[in-house]
Amino acid sequence: MTTAHFQSHYIPNTELEQSEMLATLGLTTIDQLFHDIPDEFRNPALNLPEPLSELEIQRELAGLASKNRALGSGPSFLGAGSYHHFIPAIVKALMTRGEFLTAYTPYQPEVSQGTLQVIYEFQTLISSLFGMEVANAGMYDGATSLAEGVLMACRVTNRERVAVSDTVSPAYLQVTRTYCQAHGIDIEVVRHWEPKVGDDTACLVVQYPNFYGGLEDLGDFAQLAHGHGALLVVSTDPTACGMLNPPGHYSADIVTGEGQPLGIPTSYGGPYLGLFTCKEQYIRQMPSRLVGRTVDSQGRNGYVLTLQTREQHIRRERATSNICTNEALYALASTIYLAAMGRQGLKQVAELCYHKAHYAASQIEALPGYSLPFQRGPFFQEFVVQCPAPPAEINRKLMERNILGGLDITVPPYSDPLPPDLDKGMLLCVTEMNSKQDIDALVAGLAEFN
Amino acid sequence: MSPEDRKYTREHEWAKVEDADAKLVSVGITHFAQDELGDIVYFDLPNVGENVSYMQKMGEVESVKAVSDLFSPVTGRIESVNNELVDHPELVNDDPFDSGWIMRVVLEDLGELDTLMSASEYDEYTGAS
Amino acid sequence: MLKGGSRDTGMLLMERSVPGRAGVVTPPLDVPEQPLPDAAILRDDLALPEVSEPEVVQYFTALSQQNFSIDTHFYPLGSCTMKYNPKINDEIAFLPGFAAIHPLQPPDQSQGALELLHTLQEYLGEITGMSGVSLATLAGAHGELAGVLMMRAYHHAQGDLGRTKMAIPDSAHGTNPASAAMAGFDVVTLPSDKDGNVDLEALHELSGPDLAGVMITLPSTLGLFDQNIVEVCRIVHEAGGLVYGDGANMNALLGRTKLGDLGFDVIHLNLHKTFSTPHGGGGPGAGPVCCAPTLEPFLAAPIVTSSGNGAGPSYSLSTPEQSIGKMSGYHGNFGVLVRAYTYIRTLGDAGIKSISGNAVLNANYIMQALKDIYYLPYDRTCMHEVVLSADWQRPRGVSGLDVAKRLLDYGFHAPTMYFPLIVHEALMIEPTESENRYTLDAFIEALRQINRESEDDPDMVHHAPHTTPVSRLDEAGAARHPDLRWRPSV
Repeated sequence: MTTAHFQSHYIPNTELEQSEMLATLGLTTIDQLFHDIPDEFRNPALNLPEPLSELEIQRELAGLASKNRALGSGPSFLGAGSYHHFIPAIVKALMTRGEFLTAYTPYQPEVSQGTLQVIYEFQTLISSLFGMEVANAGMYDGATSLAEGVLMACRVTNRERVAVSDTVSPAYLQVTRTYCQAHGIDIEVVRHWEPKVGDDTACLVVQYPNFYGGLEDLGDFAQLAHGHGALLVVSTDPTACGMLNPPGHYSADIVTGEGQPLGIPTSYGGPYLGLFTCKEQYIRQMPSRLVGRTVDSQGRNGYVLTLQTREQHIRRERATSNICTNEALYALASTIYLAAMGRQGLKQVAELCYHKAHYAASQIEALPGYSLPFQRGPFFQEFVVQCPAPPAEINRKLMERNILGGLDITVPPYSDPLPPDLDKGMLLCVTEMNSKQDIDALVAGLAEFN
Repeated sequence: MSPEDRKYTREHEWAKVEDADAKLVSVGITHFAQDELGDIVYFDLPNVGENVSYMQKMGEVESVKAVSDLFSPVTGRIESVNNELVDHPELVNDDPFDSGWIMRVVLEDLGELDTLMSASEYDEYTGAS
Repeated sequence: MLKGGSRDTGMLLMERSVPGRAGVVTPPLDVPEQPLPDAAILRDDLALPEVSEPEVVQYFTALSQQNFSIDTHFYPLGSCTMKYNPKINDEIAFLPGFAAIHPLQPPDQSQGALELLHTLQEYLGEITGMSGVSLATLAGAHGELAGVLMMRAYHHAQGDLGRTKMAIPDSAHGTNPASAAMAGFDVVTLPSDKDGNVDLEALHELSGPDLAGVMITLPSTLGLFDQNIVEVCRIVHEAGGLVYGDGANMNALLGRTKLGDLGFDVIHLNLHKTFSTPHGGGGPGAGPVCCAPTLEPFLAAPIVTSSGNGAGPSYSLSTPEQSIGKMSGYHGNFGVLVRAYTYIRTLGDAGIKSISGNAVLNANYIMQALKDIYYLPYDRTCMHEVVLSADWQRPRGVSGLDVAKRLLDYGFHAPTMYFPLIVHEALMIEPTESENRYTLDAFIEALRQINRESEDDPDMVHHAPHTTPVSRLDEAGAARHPDLRWRPSV
């Protein structure tokens, strides 16, 4: 097959039809349409492989996919911000409907009520889940949500110092630094047991449950921050909010989170979904889209994008953020997930995670050579184990049993800084996907080292 | 025709003397301005007690799909702002010269108003005459 | 009673909720129950709906049917490249070996993913004529932010701290100035000349020691290839500045020219436009950043590198030495990247070139067929989209908005309206390559018919649409009294 006459099956018009269309323009070749491109730069050599048929594509990519270990192919205990949860079949079945999947941002409300009403439902469910007054239509992911929350806190307070607890995800801290680098914002990492907040602090940033799984007292943090006129910004896990008081319960001002646990596959880190909520009084400083309910010219209920003057397409360089395309399809996925799980289901999932994680922790703690130095207080589904050997070595051995172990926190960025009693620390995560058999297999694997 | 009891700026604000002895002036935007903006949905207004300066930004007005700066036509201290606009910004669409006033300012010098346009000058400027 | 019962979309989830219904059954606890934490931190107010699985499916299916989408309607939304989204791309992205892998699993358990990313970096570098590629950014605006942060980092690394200005054309998309501001730059506006190109005289004036660079969309949002582009790059470089390329409109240029050859220093691509990944009602996208060698050390982390050994190449994630940092939690929108990779493999070199050719042909075909009745502000060959204006309909009391809304009644999605800002009553039409001639002809006929209606019955057009699930909505009311979530009625 020669590529000179290759006609992609994604292009309907045949060469004959193309010629007829060109004739209406007084042209004979498509190349003539590109005469504005300077000759020396037009039609460069393009070194790409030959086109493949769908059959060949399937084979080639199935081959690549098989070089990756899928989470379902054996027990897996890796979390650290990306969680392996059960996803009901209806999530994919509904979100891949072409009417949702192949629509654009709902700029024409009359023909986008499906997407708009879904986002309104999403805002309802997420604000409810986090115990907050307002949720937006979503951000890119949990890390960028937190970074935008920090920028927003600086705008609200007109202050430029930020205190970030040392139990916030190191990756989230990195992204926050990237976002703040051009704004002269001073980011200070503070100790979680005595966070330093001053009268020039814009916000105190904490994570709940924290990166190491622990549940710290949000009420104390709120009191401390508010006592200095600072905001409390909390990054949280939506699954945990199924059984625990959400950050809104403790007067947090901005609550962000990673929406991936709500029906979104781990997919090597994306696409995920940034959750973003705040108190109503700060709404005009909020980034990203908002959907509001209103009426049409005949008095019928309908939904529209609203408060758009905050956004880049209107306020340009003075917008609250540059965000435009977000993760709407995954806001849909999480709305379907939350609708299906419902009040009882989400609580049950959270409790399964809690009990299984605590069972695993108690079994591991009982092993000689292992300790749980970090878990003095309550925790949710993750915990840090101090191991008798380097975590990387243990993980290699576990993989020989087809078990994906925990996160090695002795390497950057997690090790910066690492308490001395965690110099062989591993962050383990247990969810409802791990059966007792899985957990017992993990414990047996770990027992090999002591 | 714009009312003749007040003065106008090229940025489409008006200033009207309410009490000459107290040097108290009310400030708003013109009919022409509200018409250009369309449905007004929000005002970002300064606080009572703050100072404003002639032709300096005093706030923002938002319609559904536009944001515009508001410029103060006078220099002085803000005596009051129209809190009705918080819940009913549409007052400025409906009645820009009266109940849609934006703020009242105590001027340093009433003579400052002399530099602004009269109603007929403003109408000529906007092509309304 | 709602027509169709609970399949009507008139009731929200919380209004459908009936205590005791459930949409899933969770498995039983198979480990001994563990002590719960202090009851004071446990929640008792979780207000989520209680609906059964069939009800969830009925509701969301009914909602989906209230949308226009590419699969159901021609969607000529300018600058959005609403082309066909191949189904094979989705199928591949959902393979467990791609969808069910953890971002932090060790590289030796994710070599297939890393190899795919590495190859995609090479493809995108080849298509754009750039040497460095980072796939870590999650949307167009996210790529812009990374790109302008790289420009800032580059100048700072040269010890050049005085370059605080970013020049952006008056026709630019709003994300450009917003991204520049997020990267700490002062935005200055670059006017367009009478042909829709960058005004070179104005550019000369702006090109001083305080100019960090310019952000150029090519083709511009007017749908035009800037005939001065090489000169623009030369002037900016001579002044010590850098040229950023917004790749939103790359569908016009695939295989026709390489931005790197033209003189661009750093650009982003919108994989959810040019490379066929679905828009999903507003995302997810992916906005990879491609750059010239001088800017490579500053790319966002991570990038994928390969090292050869006897057993073949091995791939790993790495951080460029002077990286602007991490832009997101992990390594980019992998699922979107898989789809784009699949698309490029399906097309190959010849296929890539036929995309731009047919996209540009379709746009010019529409332009030619309508320019006698809709004002064409820039009468020259357009690229992948054409910007018309309803200026000739306006005196009859019919605006660009009215024309766009009336198109909905004819079963076509509206074009982009009132953008770019420098064209009055703008109607920006982008047909893409994946529409057949029959649809284009029907769309042209609808616009001609609407023009006739603007003479015969302007009031009817002014109140369009008449056939959609809802008519024009009270957007002012929505903004004055925001109702952003359902609340129980008291």
